[in-house]
Amino acid sequence: VKVLLELQQLFQYENLRFLGKGLLVTLQVAGITIALSFFFGTLVGIARWSGHWLLRRLAGAYVEAIRNSPLILLILFAKFVTALPAMTAGIVAMTVFTTAILAEVVRAGLNSIDRGQWEAARSQGFTFGQTLRYVILPQAIRKVIPPIFSQFTTVVKDTSFVWVIGVEDLTGKGFVILGRYASTAQFFALFGAIGLTYFVLCWLLGRLATWIERRQSWLSY
Amino acid sequence: VERFALWRWERLLEDWQLIAAGLGRTVATAGLALLLSLALGVLFGLLATAPWRPARILNRLYVGMIQNIPLVTLFLFFFYALGHFKLYPQAMTIGVVGLGIYHGAYMSEVVRAGIQAVHRGQLEAAFSQGFTYPQAMRYVILPQTIQVVLPPLTNQAVSLIKNSSVLAMISGYDLMHTVDSWVAETGHYGPGYLVVGLLYFLLCFPLATLARRWEERAAKARGEVRAQ
Repeated sequence: VKVLLELQQLFQYENLRFLGKGLLVTLQVAGITIALSFFFGTLVGIARWSGHWLLRRLAGAYVEAIRNSPLILLILFAKFVTALPAMTAGIVAMTVFTTAILAEVVRAGLNSIDRGQWEAARSQGFTFGQTLRYVILPQAIRKVIPPIFSQFTTVVKDTSFVWVIGVEDLTGKGFVILGRYASTAQFFALFGAIGLTYFVLCWLLGRLATWIERRQSWLSY
Repeated sequence: VERFALWRWERLLEDWQLIAAGLGRTVATAGLALLLSLALGVLFGLLATAPWRPARILNRLYVGMIQNIPLVTLFLFFFYALGHFKLYPQAMTIGVVGLGIYHGAYMSEVVRAGIQAVHRGQLEAAFSQGFTYPQAMRYVILPQTIQVVLPPLTNQAVSLIKNSSVLAMISGYDLMHTVDSWVAETGHYGPGYLVVGLLYFLLCFPLATLARRWEERAAKARGEVRAQ
């Protein structure tokens, strides 16, 4: 009975609202990061794959430098060296990091497209840009949808890093609450709830990936 | 530019022993966690491909849970949960166990894919020669997966080293935490973070390059020529 009372205290309306706000922050950081890094990742991926030597070198240096540094470091760097507001710093750092990873994925997709596709499109009078935009990219992206979405899942999980610079996301809010309700039952209930929330978010992303893949494979026939 | 002024770098050089100690702990933690995650990866990779349903379900539970829950949550959970049972392990122990369990799940997916890439006929051939299932796995199937799984496993090792920095969030006295405390104390954010970034890069880049070499070699062996 004592446990029930403790849990009732923990999951009272104000606390749930408080956690909900954290969830919104998590969703916001993840959503903006995913949108921006998908866009920039595609650009950097194209640059790295392109024949232009300078673009290729620059993109290569960027990808190698970022892929080999920890995300937490980038977040701390963005916060304390550039003096951006905390949430912006978190989003910028996560975008810079995820862009590098997605660029590699996009490049792998581009590499897998047969040269004949280029020649066919160009022979039909498509310009370079048109060929890339309407013929090559759609096929390349379609091929790498699973790794792209698995990276999106990682983004959702990694949003929990922004708590290190004081952004109160789901994890951060959870810890504020944990400071006030610290009994064993409350601790496990709260952690279970937070873990479950992340799990549901990531699981939904996975379902979305499967759905898009299936719909696209159906469309292409 | 003032953030990167020369005198700030001098102060960093004076305290090099502090940073070296942090680096040492990061390397030790990552090394031990790597061993644990490899062991878990092979074990659960075998469970994933076992002809026994409960084993596959066990693997799905482990991998499904880890892939959808943040490492931070896992660390914080271990850090605080054990306190409720009057256990207070060192942060490094939590680092080894947490990182090992986390990356073990990803590695088991790699091992599973590697096993599934070996032709089924190999297993049947081994059975026909009187091998038991464990023997067939040990002597016939697993050795053939090595070339396939080595590059992605090495990439996982790189991720593991990078993720060891998450220990900083539970005061792990690792490289990230050491330097982060140092910059908070001295205010030399620029040099501190650049140096720590360089150190992580030096740890990760050789491994990442090795993985790519192996990948290219394997692709060439399979006869795939990349149009570039």
